[in-house]
Amino acid sequence: MNLLQAVRLSAGWRRPAHRPVSFTLARGEILALAGPNGAGKSTLLAALAGSGARVFSGSIHLAPALRIGFQAQHLPPLASVPLSGVELLALTGARPQGLPEPLAACLHRRLDRLSGGQRQYLFLWSILQAPADLLLLDEPGNHLDKAMLAGLPSVLRARAGQGAGIVLVSHDAELARTCCDRLLRMESCDD
Amino acid sequence: MTDFPPQLMLFWRPGLTGAMLALLLPLLGLYLRLRQEYWAALAYGQLGAAGALGALALGAPHIAGGLALGLAVAGAKHRLEKRLPPAGLFPLLFILGWSISLLLAANLPGVERLGAALFEGQLYFAGTDMLCGAALALVVGGLFLWRTGRLLLLASLCPVHFHAQRLPAWRVRAGFDLLAAASLALAVMSLGVMGAFALVFIPPWLAFALAPGWRAALVAAPALALFAYALAFALALIHDQPFGPTLALALGALALPGALAMRFAGRAESGKGTAD
Repeated sequence: MNLLQAVRLSAGWRRPAHRPVSFTLARGEILALAGPNGAGKSTLLAALAGSGARVFSGSIHLAPALRIGFQAQHLPPLASVPLSGVELLALTGARPQGLPEPLAACLHRRLDRLSGGQRQYLFLWSILQAPADLLLLDEPGNHLDKAMLAGLPSVLRARAGQGAGIVLVSHDAELARTCCDRLLRMESCDD
Repeated sequence: MTDFPPQLMLFWRPGLTGAMLALLLPLLGLYLRLRQEYWAALAYGQLGAAGALGALALGAPHIAGGLALGLAVAGAKHRLEKRLPPAGLFPLLFILGWSISLLLAANLPGVERLGAALFEGQLYFAGTDMLCGAALALVVGGLFLWRTGRLLLLASLCPVHFHAQRLPAWRVRAGFDLLAAASLALAVMSLGVMGAFALVFIPPWLAFALAPGWRAALVAAPALALFAYALAFALALIHDQPFGPTLALALGALALPGALAMRFAGRAESGKGTAD
């Protein structure tokens, strides 16, 4: 059964940001959105999540009672917010089990005292392991070091294996190649 | 058996009123700081004062006037923010509230005394009405934050995930705005504008810097506020001083060593090298 179906969909903020696209996503599938900067990839994710982007043409069909998890490209400003890793995971309902060992050891530290990469991975984990059927991930590999990046495809595949559908935007061609089932190339309306 | 000083027995109502506000305001301050809205505390407080003075000038109960204006502005906040240039709403409201309050106090003879009380913080005149208002604010506020604290955090820290989860954004946001406005309006009428603001600003500021996590901050900020409040209450009573400035001074005096400790902790941390 499809979690998501987009039919000749064109989304944007004030005007259409990309040419119409059509695709489906089933449980356990990972779809990568590819294309140059300004091709409307993040805008499409926002439209799928119902997070403000407008649908200018076409339609989005979501499975009933679909739970969506959405990881934004940029982290929120965290300077001096007293929040530990454990508390972040509790906020989204994510389980800490399976977290790579170096990060598991940091869970009780404040997020603003961790490195940018550690923080990014914990935020990604908090969305990835949240109770959700459809996961929308915008540049999940941002700020990750080589070791974290190398382990990411298996984490994404494991989550898809649990029945989640994943749509991800990534400039990292290797990440898209190693973990995605399909790739959707997007084009800006200006192209 | 220890005898309490007679003044303390006489002023148990004001004492309890202030203690309840000293517990609630730092909790609100933590979320206001998280939302980067601490200007809102000043604006709501000043508008509460203007509303109280305006109501008195019209012959209406001053508590109702303060609450009404604070709640009206909190209710219209979202619409006003959309129509005004960014980051200007609360400073603008603070300035307007301040000017209206002072002009009302300067020009209407019956209002002058209340005006002075609102700025100085005449906690010792708080009666049963203020005690009941503070108790209601603490119960409603405590329940609201207990039920929605997680959602307020999620909306601030993972906003796109919060919206994607179809969580009740409007209810959470508007509920918090109304609670903050009502609590600040009430607090101003007993603690004074700056006394109330000091409780909203200083304990959360220290808790943000020193607490190891959010739960610890939820305990540390009200604990610090309550300690400073008890100190200020006794000092102002014994030395016959206006309460608002005494409270602000007590909080400031307690904050200073905390701020210095933060500075040293920061240096020690950077001495070890950053995690990056």
